[in-house]
Amino acid sequence: MGQEISKEKGPTMANGGVRTIADIKSNVTPIWCPGCGDFGVLSALYRAILAMDLDLKNTVIVSGIGCSGRLPIFTKCYGFHGVHGRVLPTATGVKLANPKLTVIAVGGDGDGLAIGGGHFPHAAKRNVDITYIMMDNSVYGLTKGQGSPTTSSDFHLKSLPYGVREVNLNPVALALAYNVSYVARAYSGQIEQMTQLYTDAIRHKGFSFVHSISPCTVFNDTYKYYRERVAGIPKEHDPADKKAALDLWQTRGKVYLGLFYRDLREDLSSQVARLSSGLKAAGGATMEDLLDEFV
Amino acid sequence: MPDNLTIRAGGDTATTTGVISTGEMLTKALARSQYDVFTFRTNPAEIKGGQAMFQVRMGNHPILSQGSYLDILVAYDEESLKVQGKDLKPDGLAIFDSDAFFPDDNYAKRSYGVPMTSIAAKESGTKKAKNMVAVGVVGEFLGLPIQSVRDIVREQFLHKPQAVIDSNIKSMEAGWAWALKNSCSRDFLVKPRQLKTVKLVMSGNEAMAAGAVHAGCRYYAGYPITPASEILEFMEKELPKFDGVTIQTEDEIAAVTSCIGASFAGAKAMTATSGPGLSLMMEALGLASMLELPIVIVDCQRGGPSTGMPTKTEQSDLFGAVYGSHGEAPRVVLAPANVKDCFFGMIKAFNIAEKYQIPVIMLSDQSLSQRTQTFTRPKLEAVEIWNRARHLEPAADGHEYLRYRITENSVSPMAIPGESAETYVATGLEHNERGDPNYTPANHFRMMSKRHKKLERISREKGFTRRFGDEHAKVGILSWGSTEGPIEGAIRKANQLGYEVAALQVKMLHPLPDEEIRHFLGSVEHVIVPEINFTGQFAHMLRARYMVPVISLNKCAGVPFTPEEIFGKIEEVIARK
Repeated sequence: MGQEISKEKGPTMANGGVRTIADIKSNVTPIWCPGCGDFGVLSALYRAILAMDLDLKNTVIVSGIGCSGRLPIFTKCYGFHGVHGRVLPTATGVKLANPKLTVIAVGGDGDGLAIGGGHFPHAAKRNVDITYIMMDNSVYGLTKGQGSPTTSSDFHLKSLPYGVREVNLNPVALALAYNVSYVARAYSGQIEQMTQLYTDAIRHKGFSFVHSISPCTVFNDTYKYYRERVAGIPKEHDPADKKAALDLWQTRGKVYLGLFYRDLREDLSSQVARLSSGLKAAGGATMEDLLDEFV
Repeated sequence: MPDNLTIRAGGDTATTTGVISTGEMLTKALARSQYDVFTFRTNPAEIKGGQAMFQVRMGNHPILSQGSYLDILVAYDEESLKVQGKDLKPDGLAIFDSDAFFPDDNYAKRSYGVPMTSIAAKESGTKKAKNMVAVGVVGEFLGLPIQSVRDIVREQFLHKPQAVIDSNIKSMEAGWAWALKNSCSRDFLVKPRQLKTVKLVMSGNEAMAAGAVHAGCRYYAGYPITPASEILEFMEKELPKFDGVTIQTEDEIAAVTSCIGASFAGAKAMTATSGPGLSLMMEALGLASMLELPIVIVDCQRGGPSTGMPTKTEQSDLFGAVYGSHGEAPRVVLAPANVKDCFFGMIKAFNIAEKYQIPVIMLSDQSLSQRTQTFTRPKLEAVEIWNRARHLEPAADGHEYLRYRITENSVSPMAIPGESAETYVATGLEHNERGDPNYTPANHFRMMSKRHKKLERISREKGFTRRFGDEHAKVGILSWGSTEGPIEGAIRKANQLGYEVAALQVKMLHPLPDEEIRHFLGSVEHVIVPEINFTGQFAHMLRARYMVPVISLNKCAGVPFTPEEIFGKIEEVIARK
């Protein structure tokens, strides 16, 4: 990747007993189809957890609905498999309730850009310290092949016999526009880079987003398409330069992988903690004080 | 000498600043002088423009309802006298701004002119302070201590520059002086009491929010909506002082799902909304039920359906609260009856949610949420707080941790991220005791039974009914929510006239407190069910569950019952016998 890994956060562990990937895997066997890109995402996530020596008891993976939503069940981390489209508010609640936890949100392109599309800008706005892995296969796989928000006219789906009429959404462009404080793209066909980006994103103290291209071999096999187009973000790219990041996204014929943009503004939990300690220091923070206001 | 008075201020919010605060300041002053108060307000849906009114009923005894007829009406403009004047008692007094208009002959002996606008302009340099003049006039009529009123004006403008505070106090004092100089035809002094206890004066929304903080709520997420927004504002201000966090979310779905996330991470979490928001929360309500995670949702009901009447009251979300959400998702529905109940009821809501790991909906309504009432300051140390059963250590016998282990009372100890090394995945898919997805026929039935069995237990929890009225009543009233006050007023009157009537106020609507309700139904011959809705939802529930022919009394007009309306129905039913 050639890009600097942020060092401002390293989750400390009480008793990091994790030594191999087998220690992170649950005893539930993934039900994904052979060749599914989600195996790549899962594998990269196992490796990132291992590389960071994360304590599983302090790690929560929140997911939505769809093929990708099953991911937490295949790990020994705490998992939350909620309702369709609500990954980000759920993960926000987990993190704000206990800022010591490492919170990873995973979900598909339909989950995050269709039904849950309204939550993405607000998670960015809050800059809550969670990592959002959007597993993008540009198709609704679990419901067997309908077009998704990221289905482009380059793709041919059996549920769209007359072709794709709508313009596809671009997750990286949206993330840049929403001012997400960490924006990267990874590809299931390149697990090592994906692992490195996940590690970096989890370390980022703020809302980090990794657009993870994860092809569906059954309903929208895009491995060939991406193999021909993916390219590493040039080494000279400065992740603080949003304009350059937007240019990279717009480069025709290329799908860049790596870190597009990073901004080190303060995350929400830190702001909340600062507010609380200030108010408590000022006094008047007991239940009796509260009732005094109503005498 | 009267033992209670009803005072109303009304005016167009486009031309009068502080119609509502006139009443709020008087309410505070009255409560500090040991009177009981009960307030009612209507805001126009618009921010500026439209008639607003604030009514405060005060007395030297418990005040049960807002009062139907007025002893004092402060009319800032001609329109407000036209709209509100019909409620003035024959011996009531309309205090009007004589700079604005003069009342017609109907008010010849019942009006009292004060040049509010010119006094305000002279004393404060702004016409805006005319409500302060009115506060001064009414304060003097009621015999309040002037120093107490000065303090309250100061508190009202706490964050304003000293000059603003001083100029408002001057207008208030000038109003006071006007009243001293120009006597009126009637004596408005209500004999004050010397009480040993301290009274709090709170709105229903404030009391629910305060109760939540005391119950241990440390995560609040909400989206602004009338008439629930005051809870969001309260939590935004107070929770950070208690190491809690409040966020204003992008919608109600985000509010409730973030609460579920916070609860999963171990926090006591809540949100508050009104009907439209509750509709949006339905899917997630089922999730909380399926995951067996405690959350509390306050629904300040308003006129529906759709956008309906946001600033008006209704009790029409009962079915939605009890049955809403797909599948069959057990939840608990509670309904506070008055402001004191809002405080203590909220603590019970959290207690039940935590003990049984189940979502709890608190059904308030506009009239309860936005009214203020006095109640004795609670002794906090005497209030019981329950917390969820947590799974912390591996079992001594080496047994695997089962998040949804089937137990005698259907409650399974919860592992919390960051606390227990025995992790699990909470999934909205049907799951087995371990928490793994499982669709087998036997498992689905088993887990449905586990979740629903909690309701049987909860229905036996005590303290969710209140019986009042005649001990040997033949006519009974079964009621819920904010209707308690006017019903109690009607029953007192009926009992005084020798009618054998009693009421059972039900504070848990799902599951129903079976034993108490069956006992009550068995003790009376006729049952009246008054509700502020069109279809009689509670009556339907009672007919379905107990197969009794209850008599519905419905009012669907956006305003609460008056005691007279309830009393009329009592007389009608007694006459039928």
